[in-house]
Amino acid sequence: MTHYIPITDADRIEMMKTIGIERLEDLFEAVPAEHRFPPLRLPEPLSEPELRRELSRLEQLNAHAGSHLIFLGAGAYNHFVPAAIDQILRRGEFYTAYTPYQPEVSQGTLQAIFEYQSLICALTGMDVANASHYDGGTALAEAAIMAINVVRGRRKIVVAPGMNPQYRAVMRTLLQGVDVEIVGDEDPEASLADVASLVDHTTAALMVQSPDFFGVLHDLRPLTAAAHAAGALMVAHFDPIALGLFQTPGEAGADIATAEGQPLGVGLSFGGPYLGIFTCRQQYVHKIAGRLVGVTRDLENRLAYVLTLRAREQDIRRERATSNICTNQGLMALAAAVYLSLLGRQGLRRVAELCYHRAHYAAAQIAQLPGYQVLDRGPFFKEFVVKTPRPVIEINAALRDQGIIGGYDLASDYPHLGNAMLLCVTEMNTRADIDALVTALRSAA
Amino acid sequence: MHNHEPPIFELSGPGKIGVNLPQIDVPQSELPADLLRADDLAGLPELTEPEVIRHYTRISQRNFAIDTTMVSLGSCTMKYNSKFHEEAARLPGFAAAHPLQGDELSQGALQLMYELQAYLGEISGFDAVSLQPAAGAQGELTGILVFRAYHRDRGDHERVEVLVPDSAHGTNPATAAIAGYRVVEVKSDARGNVDLEDLRRKLSPRTAALMLTNPNTLGLFEEHVTEVARLVHEAGGLLYGDGANFNAILGIVKPGELGFDFMHYNLHKTFTTPHGGGGPGSGAVGCTAALAPFLPTPRVRRVPREGEPLPLTERGVSLRPAGAPALPEGAYELFAPEKTIGRVKTFHGNFGMLVRAWTYIRSIGAAGLRRVSETAVLNANYVQARLKHVYPAAIDRTCMHETVLQGKLAAAPEVRTFDIAKRLIDYGFHPPTVYFPLIVPEALMIEPTETESKRTLDAFCDALLAIAEEAARDPEILKRAPTTTPVRRLDEVRAARQPILRYDPTVFARLREEGIRF
Repeated sequence: MTHYIPITDADRIEMMKTIGIERLEDLFEAVPAEHRFPPLRLPEPLSEPELRRELSRLEQLNAHAGSHLIFLGAGAYNHFVPAAIDQILRRGEFYTAYTPYQPEVSQGTLQAIFEYQSLICALTGMDVANASHYDGGTALAEAAIMAINVVRGRRKIVVAPGMNPQYRAVMRTLLQGVDVEIVGDEDPEASLADVASLVDHTTAALMVQSPDFFGVLHDLRPLTAAAHAAGALMVAHFDPIALGLFQTPGEAGADIATAEGQPLGVGLSFGGPYLGIFTCRQQYVHKIAGRLVGVTRDLENRLAYVLTLRAREQDIRRERATSNICTNQGLMALAAAVYLSLLGRQGLRRVAELCYHRAHYAAAQIAQLPGYQVLDRGPFFKEFVVKTPRPVIEINAALRDQGIIGGYDLASDYPHLGNAMLLCVTEMNTRADIDALVTALRSAA
Repeated sequence: MHNHEPPIFELSGPGKIGVNLPQIDVPQSELPADLLRADDLAGLPELTEPEVIRHYTRISQRNFAIDTTMVSLGSCTMKYNSKFHEEAARLPGFAAAHPLQGDELSQGALQLMYELQAYLGEISGFDAVSLQPAAGAQGELTGILVFRAYHRDRGDHERVEVLVPDSAHGTNPATAAIAGYRVVEVKSDARGNVDLEDLRRKLSPRTAALMLTNPNTLGLFEEHVTEVARLVHEAGGLLYGDGANFNAILGIVKPGELGFDFMHYNLHKTFTTPHGGGGPGSGAVGCTAALAPFLPTPRVRRVPREGEPLPLTERGVSLRPAGAPALPEGAYELFAPEKTIGRVKTFHGNFGMLVRAWTYIRSIGAAGLRRVSETAVLNANYVQARLKHVYPAAIDRTCMHETVLQGKLAAAPEVRTFDIAKRLIDYGFHPPTVYFPLIVPEALMIEPTETESKRTLDAFCDALLAIAEEAARDPEILKRAPTTTPVRRLDEVRAARQPILRYDPTVFARLREEGIRF
């Protein structure tokens, strides 16, 4: 029952004597007697072998990347996770460590986060990256709050309809208590030029995702120019894998750039834990939320890493903090650092190329299928929209029978598209997998 | 221990790669030339797998962690995390499942979530649980936004204040402020409880809620907790429970029965999902039936069997796509509660953490959970009893899972808590939480947890007693500490005055010229 608890009965008796109590219950006299020691109706405990069996029964009820071919993305991506990453994450020195508030005994975690920040800056062309947020959606919400704090007195956030609908939903929830108006995504087909025209002298930020939710790549430079012309900040939301080939938020002139970092060596894990990447320009560093690791020296003039600029954080500034964030996604940031170190320049470029070319191969094949239409919304990266001859729910049911997890059904988020799915192809989908998808789609038509 | 390990960028060699990737096996498509990045990723390092593994392994060895030593950080519950839980979360049906693959293909994951909702509700005495928030602070924000929606739903728009005790975690006032409320501080009394007089004074028709940590950050159980709840409710407010200290009361008392309306659980503290050097956490939340309709989406429910009513707390809209065939009875599905505040996070919460927490609860059961809290409280009181004659207790009462002592040594007035904490490192222990709660001068907040042996607890107390003797004999020993670590005390002012937040070869070359060694 208590294989985690090293205190024996004999220890307990001796300890109670030191404390000066006769019964363990004496420790709980401050708890109202009528509520003390309630029964807990929980299942009987199971031994490790028994629990293994129960867990294995449950996990086998789920499809996963090993049991099915996955062509589903929409914010969570089946990318390659090198085995070496998990070996590092499993080191007890990393995963059982606390937040590195005591730098002398946390140099490992601190150096890893510093390298994560550095790698993210190199990847994005941005000046500053923090130690991470919970996920892409919460990072975007923090970007909105930061923009309001930077551009004082402005209360409007303009967001493009091609921003991931979940991120927009998260942002709207988390900003319920903030005096701000979020506009721009009312018309699902509004062009980026239309959206940019909403930016005015009351706007704190323009938020655009590229590749957008439909996988389409955009040149963000004109949008940055439009935002800056109105005195607003440009917030770019990016896909870290796409940066293996395409325009960085730094090149686009973004002031804040955020991303879902899950593609960088963090598995699918049914939606979490993931990694919220948050970056900004140097001049806004004092307004950034979350933890930052910097460099200094110790008494003996050795290089040392330490949490810094902490006067922004909740444990010091309390109600005047830039955010209420405390815990971040430290271990996932470590995964991303190991991922980027392993892949390096060549590897990241190769992964991006594999996604791009295979996705385009898939789109070309599907475009030839009778009844299907690949929507041309502009150059795309690894996701694209396919109009289907029948409701997506039916197509996906047919694919499921072939061991394939099909695309994201756009019916609830973008009903004006009719029967349409968002397909995703990554470096994990081989040419043979794509051919199998095409065959299955043909017979599902 | 290795004395230094250079930044990974300095280990880079042109042309190296650390992964074995597939070849491009499809015809190549043209790339949009005007959208390509210009720098060819020049800033990323290039290494082979053995170099990467050695680098991160070497730096890992510069950490203290639970697997290597006792980490007595108060309010952090640094208990041992079972290796088995790590295996469980990595089973492919959990670790490689896509969050949008649909209810049909996710029944195991949904069942696990449904059961964990029920277990957490039962342990805390709440009617409904949402597993979505990513961490404790997000659970707090969820709670305050749920309160806001609840008051507004009743047409009550006057409640603009959130009361927070002066002993509260910093996240409480920060959360209330982000949620748009004015923060009103409530004093503590001489026994470390909420000062009832001050509370009465500050409660009003403007009060939306009181955020209470119980046991509080002094490690003390609120002696008047039911009275506090009564007063808050009488004023029309709601009582928020910060569950950071839940490890003290598993099977001891249910917050839901004490009058709390809502609380968050830190699964990464109480339910042994590891801290990971600063996350991921999981800030699941529980609440009363009255607040259940406002919980964030999605939650998990079971399709009722024929003739079985849907529980009131599970009313809401199924998230299955329109036109999807009904699931069979007894199957699990995601749903949005009737008056949900919306999503607070993408997808369904930090699922990997949920698997670990479920496994923990199933492996020790009800009696095991009570034993956890009894032992955590026993251990804290033992440490308090062994140390308080040298390190005075902030408030001399039976404590719960943690004790707040003071680094005020009668024989060495110039020594501060900071010095004691640093010296403790030389004895091989991670320091306790220091200078918190803010209302206790020179605070040393010690939470041993239930997973330390008596031998370790004794070694820890012996170390602190030896440090007190050193302080009396030669305070310089403490002022110099630590001396056994890869780096010694840092120039933190420099880090903040001249922030270097990323690797830059020219900046690091300048550091070398300055004589800084690495």
